[in-house]
Amino acid sequence: MRSSSSIGLKIAAGMGLLFLHFPLLIILLYAFTSEDKTYKFPPPGLTLKWFAIAASRNDIWEALFLSVKVAAAATLIALVLGTMVAAALYRSSFFGKDSITLLLILPIALPGILTGLALLTSITRAGLDPGFLTIVVGHATFCIVVVFNNVVARLRRMSYSQIEASMDLGADALQTFRYVVLPNIATALLAGGMLAFALSFDEVIVTTFTAGKEETLPIWFLSELFRPRDRPVTNVVAIFVIAVTLLPILLSQRLTQSFEEMHGGGK
Amino acid sequence: MSPAASKAILRKLSDSLFLRPRLALLLLLLPPLLWLGVIYLGSLLNLLLYSFYSIDDFTGQVKYQFTLDTFRALLSSPANLDIVARTVLMAVAVTVACGVIAFPMAYFMAFYARGNTKAFWYLAVLLPLWSSYLVRVYAWRLILAQEGIISWFFNQLHLGWLLNAILAVPVLGGPSLSSSYFGMFLVFVYIWLPYMILPIQAALERVPKSLIQASADLGARPAQTFRTVILPLAMPGVVAGSIFTFSLTLGDYIIPGVVGAPGYFIGQMVYVQQGNAGNIPLAAAFSVVPIVIIGLYLAFARRAGAFDAL
Amino acid sequence: MQNAVELKNVSCVFGTVHAVDHISLEVLAGEFFSLLGPSGSGKTTCLRLIAGFERPSSGSIVLLGKDAASLPPYAREVNTVFQDYALFPHMSVLDNVAYALMVRGIGRLERHRRALELLEMVKLRGMEKRRPAELSGGQRQRVALARALVNKPRILLLDEPLGALDLKLREEMQIELKSLQRQLGITFVYVTHDQSEALSMSDRVAVFNRGRIEQLDSPKKLYEYPETEFVARFVGSANVLAGKELGLDGGKFAIRPERIRIEPGRISGTNSLVGRLIDVHFLGSQTRYEVTLVNNSTIRMTVVAPAGGEAGLEAGSEVTLTWNPGSLRKLREGEA
Repeated sequence: MRSSSSIGLKIAAGMGLLFLHFPLLIILLYAFTSEDKTYKFPPPGLTLKWFAIAASRNDIWEALFLSVKVAAAATLIALVLGTMVAAALYRSSFFGKDSITLLLILPIALPGILTGLALLTSITRAGLDPGFLTIVVGHATFCIVVVFNNVVARLRRMSYSQIEASMDLGADALQTFRYVVLPNIATALLAGGMLAFALSFDEVIVTTFTAGKEETLPIWFLSELFRPRDRPVTNVVAIFVIAVTLLPILLSQRLTQSFEEMHGGGK
Repeated sequence: MSPAASKAILRKLSDSLFLRPRLALLLLLLPPLLWLGVIYLGSLLNLLLYSFYSIDDFTGQVKYQFTLDTFRALLSSPANLDIVARTVLMAVAVTVACGVIAFPMAYFMAFYARGNTKAFWYLAVLLPLWSSYLVRVYAWRLILAQEGIISWFFNQLHLGWLLNAILAVPVLGGPSLSSSYFGMFLVFVYIWLPYMILPIQAALERVPKSLIQASADLGARPAQTFRTVILPLAMPGVVAGSIFTFSLTLGDYIIPGVVGAPGYFIGQMVYVQQGNAGNIPLAAAFSVVPIVIIGLYLAFARRAGAFDAL
Repeated sequence: MQNAVELKNVSCVFGTVHAVDHISLEVLAGEFFSLLGPSGSGKTTCLRLIAGFERPSSGSIVLLGKDAASLPPYAREVNTVFQDYALFPHMSVLDNVAYALMVRGIGRLERHRRALELLEMVKLRGMEKRRPAELSGGQRQRVALARALVNKPRILLLDEPLGALDLKLREEMQIELKSLQRQLGITFVYVTHDQSEALSMSDRVAVFNRGRIEQLDSPKKLYEYPETEFVARFVGSANVLAGKELGLDGGKFAIRPERIRIEPGRISGTNSLVGRLIDVHFLGSQTRYEVTLVNNSTIRMTVVAPAGGEAGLEAGSEVTLTWNPGSLRKLREGEA
C-alpha cells in the first residue's frame, strides 16, 4: 500500500522539482547561444564571445561595483544591529518581545512595493536626495532579520553557563564577548552576513524606489527586461548574478549545517 | 589615554552594566529599535498618511491635508476596480496552483525523504528561492517566447495546434504565451512555489509519525488517515504558505510588466502613480489595498479554523 | 578564624517565586560544606548568589570578610565547577584551563606552565591539545575542576559536579574530590540532591526545602537527630508517626527503619506495635519489610534488618515491631 502510493507521489514531487530547476538550466544554455536577436530554441550555435563583450561593458561594471558597495554596507549595518537584537532577545523575556520579533520580520513579510514606497514617501518628506545612502538604508532594514535568525539560533544552542563560566574565571563583559561569545557565533555571523549580502545584491523592488538615478546591477537588469537592447549580454549577466547569489548561500549552508537557521530568510 | 586607564574605564562600564541588566538590555535594543521603529515603521506610517492626502489638480503638488478623496477616487473608478479584481483573481489562482503543486513535494520531503535525500531536497527547494528573482523571471521570458522552448516542444510533438488552441482562449490567451495571462500565471506560480513548499513541509514535519501509525492501527485506510489526521495538521502550513503566495502576487509589479497581457495590476499601478504620474497619494492608497485584502483573508482563514491545529 | 562565606537574611525573588527565602548561613574556612535538597529547593540559587550570577533581593553576602553583594562574578575570589562543566568548545583543554590566567593578562609561557601543573594534578597530562568534545564525561569533569582551580581560589563552588557521571565513576570522584579538598585546604561549597553523596563527603550539610534551610548540621547529626519530618525523610529514610499512635503525647516522631526489630506473631509488650507484613524485599545484605499497622488508622512502616532472619516472616503474616524508646526522635512542627 505504502510503496504503491509513493510511486505516484514520487512522480508528482519529481515533476515539481524539475519545474523549479528547469528555468535555471535554460538561463545557463542561453548565455552561450550564437543568436543575438531572438530567444530562438534550440540555439543555432554555441559561442563564448558574449562573455568577452559583457566584460568590456563599463555600464555593467559600474552597476556591479555599486551593487557590491551597497551590499557590503547594508550587510555591515545588518550584522551589528541583528547581533544586538539577537543578544537582547535570546534569553530574556519581557513585555513587547513578540512585537519586536514581528517588527524584525515585517520588512521581508510585507510586499516589497510597500516597503519601497513607504521609504520613498519618507525620503521625499525629509527632502533627501535618493541615492547610495537611501539604497543602503532600505537594504539594511530587511537584512537585519537574516542576521538575527542566524545569530539567535546559534546563541540558543550555546549553553549560557559558558558565559557564566567566563565571568566566574575573571573575564568582564567585554572579554567574555571577545573570547567566548564571538568565537561561538562566528560562523553564524559569517553565514548570516553572506545571506544578507546575497539578499541585498539581488534586491530590485525596494531599490527601484530608493535608488533615484543610481543604477545597481538588478536595476540595470530590470531596464533590460523592459526594453531589451543587448540580449546576449543580458544572458551573460544573468548567469553571473545567479552565481554571485548562489555561492554565498551554499557556503552559509555549509557553515551552519542547519537549514532552520536559514529559514525565514525569504525575500 | 593610557591603555591601563582605558581598560579601567571599560571594566567600570562592564561592572555597572552587569549590575543593571535592564539597562544593558535597553542599550542593546535601542539602536536596532530606533532603526526599525523610526526609519521603517515611521515610513509605513508616513505611507498610510499619504493615502489620506490628495494631489492638487492644477499644480500637481501634494496637499498635506487629511481627506478621503484619494480613496474615493480609487474606489469610484471602474478601471481601478478592474485592476483590483484582476490582481485578486490572479493571486487566488496562483495560490491554489502553488498549493496543488507544493503539497506532494512537501509530503514527500516530510515523510519519505531521509538523510542525504532530505538534505538534497531541502537545498533544491531553497536554491531557487534564494537565487535571483529577476533572473528567474527573465528565464521565463526565454521559455515563453514565440520562438522559445515551449513552442519548439509543442511543434516537435506536432501539437502546435494545441498551443494555438490554448492561446485562442478568450481573456486568458493572447498572441503568444509571453503576452498572455496564462504565461503570467505560470511565472507567478514558478516564482512563489518555494514559499508554499517550505511552510507545508515544516507543518508536516511536526506531525508525529506515531500519530499516523496510530490512525492506521485503528483501522483507517490511508486515504482516511490523510483526510482526518494529516490534512488538518498540515492546514496551518498551507495557510502560512498561501499568505506568502497571495500577498506576494498582490504586491508584485515586475512580473506583470515583463510577461503577460496589457492591463494593469495593483503593483504596477502603485509604481506608475508614484513615478510617471507623480501622484504619491494615489500610489499610497493603492498600496493599502493589498494590506486590507490580506487582512480580510487572514480573518477568513482564522474563522475557517485554519489555525486550530496550532 | 574568618568565615569563608556569610549569608545574612538573604532572599532572592524571581517574579512571585521566593527561590531563596531569608537564608542565613556561615561556611567556615577550609570546610567541605554541602547544600542538599530536592530540585527547586533553592540550593542552586544559593550557590549562584555566592558566585555572583544572581543578585539578592535583600540580605548581605560576605565573602572572606568582604561585602560581595554588589560585586560582579569576575570580581569575586570564588570559582565554580558547573553542572554541565561549561567548557569552552572552541578552545583546547590547555586553553580552557589557562583561561582565567589569560584574561588576567598573564603571559603565554607562564600560563601554560601553570595550566599543565593543574592538568597533572587532575591526571590529564597528555590531553592538553584535545578539544572538550573529544573527551569522556569524566575527563571533562576533571578539566572543569582544573580550570576552576587554576586561579588558586580560596573558595570553590561545585554545582552537582558529579550529576552527569555514572554510578561507579561518581563514587571514585567523590573520594578524589574529598582528598583534593583536604590536600588544597580550600573551602568547598558543594550543591547536590544526592543525600548519600552529601553525607559521605561533607563536614557540614545545610538541608534545603522550599527556599529555606530546614537543618544545618554535621552528617552524623542530620541522620541521628533529624529535626523536621522533611529532613527525616530526605536524609536516609524514616518512619514518621503521630505521637498518639504510639501512646505518647502530641507531635510527630521519626524512627529509622533499621532501629526497629521485627518478629513473627503477636507479642505483647511496651514500645511495640502489632501489624501485618505485606511485602518482603530481599536486598542482599539486608531485607526490607513493609508492614501495615491496624491500630487506629492504617500506617505503613518500613523495617530494615540484616539478612538471614526471615524465618516465619512471610507476606500476609502477623508481626510485632519493637524498638528502643531512645531511637524515637521528636520532630519540630513544620511543613513536610
